[in-house]
Amino acid sequence: MENGKCKMKGRSSGTAAKKAAVKLSAMDRVKLARDAKRPHIWDFINAFCSDFEELHGDRLVNDDRGLVAGFGTVGDYRALILGHHKGATVEENMEANFGMVNPDGYRKAMRLAKLAERFHNPIVTFVDTPGAYPGKEAEERGQAEAIAKSLEFFAGLKTPIVVVVTGEGGSGGALAIAVGDRILMMENAVYSVISPEGCAGILWRDGKMAPAAAEALKITADDLKRLGAIDEIVPEPAGGAQKNPKAALASVKKAVLSALKALAGVPADELVEQRYAKLRAYGNFY
Amino acid sequence: MSWFVANNEKPKIPPAKALWAICPKCKSHMPKEEWKKNNSICPKCNYHGRLSARERISQVADEGTFAEVFRDVSYSDHLEFHDASGDYKSKVEATIAKTGERESVVMGTCEIDGHKAMLGVMDFAFMGGSLGTGTGERIARACEQAIAERRPLVIFSASGGARMHEGILSLMQMAKTSAAIGRLKAAGLPYISVCTDPTTGGVSASYAMLGDINVTEPKALIGFAGRRVIENTIHQKLPADFQSAEYLEKHGFIDKIVERKDMKPFLAKMLYFWGF
Repeated sequence: MENGKCKMKGRSSGTAAKKAAVKLSAMDRVKLARDAKRPHIWDFINAFCSDFEELHGDRLVNDDRGLVAGFGTVGDYRALILGHHKGATVEENMEANFGMVNPDGYRKAMRLAKLAERFHNPIVTFVDTPGAYPGKEAEERGQAEAIAKSLEFFAGLKTPIVVVVTGEGGSGGALAIAVGDRILMMENAVYSVISPEGCAGILWRDGKMAPAAAEALKITADDLKRLGAIDEIVPEPAGGAQKNPKAALASVKKAVLSALKALAGVPADELVEQRYAKLRAYGNFY
Repeated sequence: MSWFVANNEKPKIPPAKALWAICPKCKSHMPKEEWKKNNSICPKCNYHGRLSARERISQVADEGTFAEVFRDVSYSDHLEFHDASGDYKSKVEATIAKTGERESVVMGTCEIDGHKAMLGVMDFAFMGGSLGTGTGERIARACEQAIAERRPLVIFSASGGARMHEGILSLMQMAKTSAAIGRLKAAGLPYISVCTDPTTGGVSASYAMLGDINVTEPKALIGFAGRRVIENTIHQKLPADFQSAEYLEKHGFIDKIVERKDMKPFLAKMLYFWGF
């Protein structure tokens, strides 16, 4: 299916994204989104603030290294930063489970977000995960409950939340820290209900059909903007963020700061009402 | 005509599947009639099998009190989704024709032993009980109507997860329904989630695990990731009772395993305790 066939109406995105869409298939974007050289959580943190303090632990069982959390000054804002951590080296990959978060990670995020709410710190989240961790302990400690609770929790949190999908937005594991007031998405990021490989395995009975599944699922930033699932596409340098990380980080920072500024004056109760209206409108065709 | 002429016609014996029920848990065979007569519960191992939404409603709602709402809310094919076996629209239209339902959750107001409630029941026969935009919309509206009418909410879940044919917006229904349930609770109303066999994926990771109490039936499958996915990730065999109702109760994520015959009085009793 071509993009043009999609029935959803919406404003078209930036011209850069449009031009690239001609050349790049959905699967090309998936590959770009997974590129190990793309800016990762610590690149964002270091580019956004010089005083970041990481904080650890869910106060129950563990500190999940797949989800980084801490406070830092971003422009004029003292913010809580949350983000999936895939890891830059093999050791980090192993420690962080390649950004596949356990329930402990989501519970850490909620614990610190509650603290941010108390002291009126806005929250910035960076989304980049293949999905929540499918493990034995993850199930025993309530992976489903932790994600469900995050969704309910962030929907009602009385402080501004800016979400940036920077790489792979992998299903429920991504969404658990992606409920917010402004949803930004980098031009080459993808965000999907299921991985193209997973979908191909189920609906095509052949994992090699992933490119077809990627097209059918509509997972690129352009598609999501058209479907109303995100608010804004952050353009990337030619060839993708990994070609010029510095420029990519700067444009994300600019977009986040302007989103934070737009939300700063909104009274907390109104913010929560607006957020509910936004969630409520997702897929309301009826 | 000779006695010995070969008869090439296939004997007209109905296939075994038409006559015999096989318990999916213990693999016991029994006549289908016996399975039905036992309310789809295995007489050998007490596995509580799947019911259609309408069967469930008739066992939970007081007779004549169930009034369906939001039946006009159905599926949406906003992606014009196709896969190897055809297009989504034909599949879901066939499901509608087969089940008589228009979405994977049936929603309505009712009384449960005289207690007013908003009741939602998922039907696994409708696209594997998957969470589509219509499902999410029905649940969100149910929460809003429940708040307006001061009705407690009860949802029986049965689902394989989000409906991938509806893409990202099916994922967003997890957030939408969870937010709506948060508002119902904030309005001082209770929500009882009943996770029936099976409750997995995006449904378990949203409204099905958000009950003020979460209950289930014996031997129901409840979990986030599929067993095979986990085994392939950790390269280990999982215990036989992994993700069973009993396993979840042991790990603290289920308040109680309730037998089907006790479900209605149990729900009524909890609503009574909380003053509804």
